[in-house]
Amino acid sequence: MMTPQNAMLEVKDLTKNFVKRLDMAGKIAQRLGSNIREETVHAVDSVSFTIEKGEVVGLVGESGCGKSTLGRMIAGILPPTAGGISFKGVEFTAMTQEEGEAAALAIQMIFQDPFASLNPRMRVEDIIGEASVIHGMTDLKERSDYVGDMMERVGLGREYIRRYPHQFSGGQRQRIGIARALAVQPEFLVCDEAIAALDVSIQAQVINLFMDLREDLDLTYLFISHDLSVVEHISDRVVIMYLGRIVETAPTDELFDKPNHPYTTALLNEVPRLDQRGIEYEPVSGEIPSPLDPPPGCHFHPRCPHVTDRCTIEVPVLREIAPGRLSACHLNDQ
Amino acid sequence: MKTVAENIALGAAARDKTEAVETPFERFRASFFASKVASVALVVLCSLIFVAVFAGFISPTNPYDLAQVSVLDSKLPPGAKSFEGTAFWLGTDGAGRDLLSAMIYGLRISLGVGVMSGIVAMIIGAAFGLIAAYFGGRTENIIMRIVDIQLSFPAILVALILLAILGKGVDKIIIALIIVQWAYYARTVRGSALVERNKEYIEAATCLAIGHRRILFRHLLPNCMPPLIVVGTLQTASAISLEATLSFLGVGLPVSEPSLGLLIANGFDYMLSGKYWISFFPGVALLITIVSINLVGDQLRDVLNPRLER
Repeated sequence: MMTPQNAMLEVKDLTKNFVKRLDMAGKIAQRLGSNIREETVHAVDSVSFTIEKGEVVGLVGESGCGKSTLGRMIAGILPPTAGGISFKGVEFTAMTQEEGEAAALAIQMIFQDPFASLNPRMRVEDIIGEASVIHGMTDLKERSDYVGDMMERVGLGREYIRRYPHQFSGGQRQRIGIARALAVQPEFLVCDEAIAALDVSIQAQVINLFMDLREDLDLTYLFISHDLSVVEHISDRVVIMYLGRIVETAPTDELFDKPNHPYTTALLNEVPRLDQRGIEYEPVSGEIPSPLDPPPGCHFHPRCPHVTDRCTIEVPVLREIAPGRLSACHLNDQ
Repeated sequence: MKTVAENIALGAAARDKTEAVETPFERFRASFFASKVASVALVVLCSLIFVAVFAGFISPTNPYDLAQVSVLDSKLPPGAKSFEGTAFWLGTDGAGRDLLSAMIYGLRISLGVGVMSGIVAMIIGAAFGLIAAYFGGRTENIIMRIVDIQLSFPAILVALILLAILGKGVDKIIIALIIVQWAYYARTVRGSALVERNKEYIEAATCLAIGHRRILFRHLLPNCMPPLIVVGTLQTASAISLEATLSFLGVGLPVSEPSLGLLIANGFDYMLSGKYWISFFPGVALLITIVSINLVGDQLRDVLNPRLER
């Protein structure tokens, strides 16, 4: 296991619940004996992991499993319900205001939707340069040079600096989003499905851009995706999430060679491969259960082909099964 | 049938056209003037504003300068000559004032009251609406319940009660109109801000550690402007007509500062004795003003509403 000293980011027992509170009418109905109750979604349920400096960690799961919520908590957009996030060994909550702001800037996020993530009423110069002027990375006089440099770094011509977002294509907009994050000189990027909304040909370009930036700027990534083939290409280590919990963590090669958790196996069977042409793909059987009412025990048991009685009662713990590999499955105890 | 090459050329021409129209404002301007009715309404509205602003230079006489007014000229029909020989194109009122001049000064008061109250109400309403949508929770509940209570009373009733408490005067009626109107703006802004605040660019701004105030006014507000502008024009028109109603009922402006509404009320006494013009012409002016503002507002709504994109 890695030691916390050189861990860039450590997440410990991080939990996020979304509670839909009862309104006045609901409360009255409850008093009168109706079975309306407050609905709680355990979007992220006691998640712990560490990311080392320079590492690229892929976070994979089906939609609704809480991976975006986790990313947003790390990026400081959503406050956690419980648990802690440490950046370079210091808890977020224990930071002074200056430290907190520095950490907030050091962790930046790349968003999924290249259309909604740029303010349509601002010029590219303002979109990219606004925060860096506020935080003193550049000043108003040198802003356009600074922004121009950022644009060239992400592969956009600096002559587009006076344009508005609607004048760009999806791929170019995503590059603007990346330049906006880079302009505050971050060390850690949370990429939330950053290429899912792009054309396949553009996806490859943007992935390559991420790889180049990692080398040039010594960046660390948390790469959130539902697509294992993308994650396989870019990450050093993969974290698999299911219904708010981590089910398996492993170095990418090992995970793809020998998946341990039945859910990982099921996901891997869906990845199209050149050496397995002509195979009929079967989706993981069953629906993802409602996070409002998750199954007891192992969340995956209703869909698992190896289900035992124990799985329906006891929650499996995430345990080390080999150096650097963690899995949460009762089958490992047999 | 068009050939492929022609189609490609057409596509390129279309692209060049969109390329030429650069800023959002230019695109907006082009689609606004696509409607002839709205263009005419805008020209009419601009000339009315011009006349109102430069009333002192444009109007033939100063209707409130008692030295220029003679009772001998009272209730003259349109086009009649005065005792001294000058023509009254729209006639005179009961006190012998030139009706055209009185209307120009009245228009100034009507527009001034409507626009002033509209702008202040918009600022107050927009600020409360934005704060409600952005911070949510208890803040939002309190603000929006006040808005709901306010909007459940008819505007004219609230204004009458307020004026009964405050008394007469231009400043008092502006205050009353602001209190009556701010809730409309607050509700409109909150509606669009709720949609905008969940978009990723607001999350991105939070992530970039940009302060709340800057996010509210630099990021959120500009994206809520289109519905605000539309409601602003339409509410200004309704403020003008509300002010006219109040003045007509005699609780609005003092006689020393007559608006169009008060002029109509003054002529009402002579209406049945055949001297129609004292009420008729101010009424027509009020009608033209409100209709042109509404037409401009409707066109703004069509242009700024992305769902009606043609």
